[in-house]
Amino acid sequence: MCIVVGLLFMIGTYLILTKTLLRIILGTSIIGHGVNLLIITMGGLKKGGPPLLGIENVTYADSLPQALLLTAIVINFATTALFLVLSYRAYTVLGTDDTEQLRGKEDE
Amino acid sequence: MSWIHVMVLTPFIFATIVPYLYKKFNQKIHTGWFVFFIPVFIFAYLITFIPEISGGNTFMKILPWLPSYNIDFAIYMDGLSLIFALLIAGIGALVVLYSIYYMSKDREALHNFYVYLLMFMGAMLGLVFSDNIFVLYVFWEMTSVSSFLLIAYWYEREKSKYGAQKSMLITVFGGLAMLAGLIMLAMMSDTYSIREMLTSHNLEAITSNTLFLPAMILILLGAFTKSAQFPFSIWLPDAMEAPTPISAYLHSATMVKAGIYLVARLTPIFGGTGEWFWIVTGVGLVTLLYGSVNAVRQTDLKALLAYSTISQLGLIMSLLGMGSGALYFGYGDESFIYATAIFAAIFHLVNHSTFKGCLFMVVGIIDHETGTRDLRKLGGLMHLMPISFTLMIIGGFSMAGLPPFNGFLSKELFFTATLQAANMSIFNLANLGFVIPVIAWVASIFTFIYSMILVFKTFRGKHRFVRVDKPVHEAPFGMLISPLILAILVVAIFFFPNLFSKYFLLPAWEGVLPSLAQAGELSIKLSPWHGWTPELIMTLGVVGLGILMYLYIRKWYRIYNYYPQALTLNTIYNFSLENMEVLSKKATNKYMTGFIRDYLVYIFAFIVVIVGGVFWTFGGFTFDVSQDADINIYEAGLVIAMIISAVTVLFSKSRLTSILAIGALGFLVSFFFVLFRAPDLALTQLVVETVTTVLFLLCFYHLPELRKEIGKIPFKMTNAIISIGVGVIITVVALSAKGTRLFDSISSYYENSYELAGAKNIVNAILVDFRGIDTMLEILVLTMAGLGVYTLIKLRMARRDKNEGAE
Amino acid sequence: MKEPNDVLIRSVSKVAVVIIFTFAINLFISGHHYPGGGFIGGLAFSSAVVLLFLTFNIETVRKNFPVDFKVIAALGVLIAVLTGVGAMLLGVPFLTQAFDYFNLPIFGKTELATAVLFDIGVALAVIGTSLTIIMSIGDDR
Repeated sequence: MCIVVGLLFMIGTYLILTKTLLRIILGTSIIGHGVNLLIITMGGLKKGGPPLLGIENVTYADSLPQALLLTAIVINFATTALFLVLSYRAYTVLGTDDTEQLRGKEDE
Repeated sequence: MSWIHVMVLTPFIFATIVPYLYKKFNQKIHTGWFVFFIPVFIFAYLITFIPEISGGNTFMKILPWLPSYNIDFAIYMDGLSLIFALLIAGIGALVVLYSIYYMSKDREALHNFYVYLLMFMGAMLGLVFSDNIFVLYVFWEMTSVSSFLLIAYWYEREKSKYGAQKSMLITVFGGLAMLAGLIMLAMMSDTYSIREMLTSHNLEAITSNTLFLPAMILILLGAFTKSAQFPFSIWLPDAMEAPTPISAYLHSATMVKAGIYLVARLTPIFGGTGEWFWIVTGVGLVTLLYGSVNAVRQTDLKALLAYSTISQLGLIMSLLGMGSGALYFGYGDESFIYATAIFAAIFHLVNHSTFKGCLFMVVGIIDHETGTRDLRKLGGLMHLMPISFTLMIIGGFSMAGLPPFNGFLSKELFFTATLQAANMSIFNLANLGFVIPVIAWVASIFTFIYSMILVFKTFRGKHRFVRVDKPVHEAPFGMLISPLILAILVVAIFFFPNLFSKYFLLPAWEGVLPSLAQAGELSIKLSPWHGWTPELIMTLGVVGLGILMYLYIRKWYRIYNYYPQALTLNTIYNFSLENMEVLSKKATNKYMTGFIRDYLVYIFAFIVVIVGGVFWTFGGFTFDVSQDADINIYEAGLVIAMIISAVTVLFSKSRLTSILAIGALGFLVSFFFVLFRAPDLALTQLVVETVTTVLFLLCFYHLPELRKEIGKIPFKMTNAIISIGVGVIITVVALSAKGTRLFDSISSYYENSYELAGAKNIVNAILVDFRGIDTMLEILVLTMAGLGVYTLIKLRMARRDKNEGAE
Repeated sequence: MKEPNDVLIRSVSKVAVVIIFTFAINLFISGHHYPGGGFIGGLAFSSAVVLLFLTFNIETVRKNFPVDFKVIAALGVLIAVLTGVGAMLLGVPFLTQAFDYFNLPIFGKTELATAVLFDIGVALAVIGTSLTIIMSIGDDR
């Protein structure tokens, strides 16, 4: 699992370093998945049942990372949306989606 | 909170209402009148402490400020801090009074002026009363800042800005060095209170520590920069661009004495060692000589005074150094002989404040009335300004060390101290000691000469200066009050030195050397006539040679032309400043490229280097497979599918493919959540992924087609290397973190959720109950993001609508 | 977006939306004891609306849902905060939740928890936000 996380991070980083805004967004999204998987991996995998007291289990899976992740997923959604709209706005205003050309003036 | 705290804070509080008063009343009443009462009240309040303090009592009041960090606003009042505070408040009152006449209420931005002045006053009071070293440091820097503001008061002048910047750079540099020194001091003694450092137990810990010398040097750097000691003295002449009341207050009487105060305050900690003795005395003597020699060649009256201040500060500093030798001898009679130097230092400090304050004010009057301070243009003012002339004589002769003025007494004591220091048998003084009185004597001759220049070049001779718009005449009476009071003090101290010493100087001396004060009293009898002592002969020599040299100044003045201009400290300062600016600009432009990608490269490279470096150096990598669960065929399939979809995103050429791939990735992740026994997560992920995909589709509809990344090979290679680095590092972190468990999981607590929160779904219970506040803030963030999106879109639409309407 | 004109999707989604709504509400209510809760319920609900957007167009949906989703988001946050403040009014720390059991006529023994109120706030905030985002982007052409 850890290797998968590492791979996701690798691909995400590569995408973020490219010049196209779209790819950057995709990259952040992939890294987001990577982080989620990383956190839940930290909690230990596949030990015990789902954290529902209704089901009789001896042990439960670690519930804290799950709660963390639940919020993380939703926030991730919001930030992705914001990022998308920002890049979209940048594109419509400036007419390019290339970060190289989005650069400001020399002395800024 | 005690009344002393209130007193220290009063100037700050009052400063906040000054702008209001200015706005409201300045048309009729000069704002200075309101401000005037503050130092007067403080002075009157401080006077009430004199009986107690001279009786040997001290006060300690503590106001908790950051108790958890042991940083308290602790006020400690003893003779030393009291005498400084009296100077601050007393001279402050006189300066404010003087400024009322000096600063025009119609032309000047008085509210700024008085706010800065009050800020400085409060900072200075706080500085001398603080017992906690960090509070002291805060006030210390505050004086630097307010000094900067006051020097740059006429900020439209280029020279003011230059001077302000210079003083700021130098004093703040020193202040930071001092902070480092103070932290070392705190580390060594395990306390932040100067009082507690002086307990014999802590004192031992400090002196035996290896950090002793570094801490001493760093703190001295702070003191030397503040007190304009060589080679940091260069800021003081440029600081003379400040309005004259400020020069009189900050740059002769109070702020530059802060370094002296610090040295005096820390003498019990560091004193008694050879290093302290030689550094403080040596730097003091060099400064004394440097200042007095340079003062002679100045043509600007204020610059002359500035150099004379430098030299006098050097004198006081060297006295403190010599006096610190007393601590070497313990509590014997010998130590009392050397402790006289400390007494002389305090005495001269007070005297200097009086006569130099007076001189500055007189120079200010001359400037004010004639419009110039240039010695080459001035002359023959004696008949036009008789009172100013008298005042100048009093101040100037006192500075030169002539009777019947207080400068004579302290100068005699200074000679005594140097002669005694030369006879000390410690710290290699047997070989080098004779240098001390020689330097002192030579410097005194120059002091005498510049004092004479100051008095006679200005007031005697032909009346050369012709002012166009109005005839030169004596200053208004109000302007003369303050220097007059100071001049009276100059004379009064000469005639009643012992009274003065009993109530002011001896308590201060006890403050510097508390351990010695416990052992016995310093019996010192000040009188103008001690018989034909070596000191008197030295003084006579100074006067005789000084007069000769003054009269024939033209003959030897030429030697100043040989002073190498290229090697002056100012040139070095300017050169280094310019080069530093150029260099930093170059360096900044190098890495601040403006490409977001470059910044990201820095960030990622940094992550890789730092995290990887930590793993490398601390060997944090652990790999533990025993805890891992088995992998079955479904999971392997899922992993492969995930990797495939991720790679597809990486290489896809079309928008749609990448969106679909990323959607697939999201759904695969949600399958993993199912496998990981996280039903809530799986559900959420599933829905979120759906919505996100729709979102992507909506947005991509507007965005351009993906282009092929056109980039050079090195560019792509850097990206690849960095991303591989990040990937590896994260893998390593993940593996190690999984393999290392320092603490037991706290999740078991939440398994009580049914009892505690009445909920069977632990995750949900955590969200809404246990960690409710997190969730609350999270939905807040969510809402803000939503509103952000909304505004981004709608704003543009609104603008477009408007534009269309305009067309 | 182009005007979608697909009878199949239209008829299916009409049914599907109802099912999704029901499911969303069920998810939300069961969140206390079974998988579900404010986040998921809210998201499921908004996904149903998104489906409507896709099948019909935004104007149609807006006509049938005459609600400002920004207000809903704000309302959600407000409810969540108010439950917290309510706890403070009763003298317990901010956001302390309480629960008890009641015998209601139809449902029998039922547990009522203030956490559910808080969850309603969460759900509303999620619905409001996600729909605001989607609608603003969709609006903009």
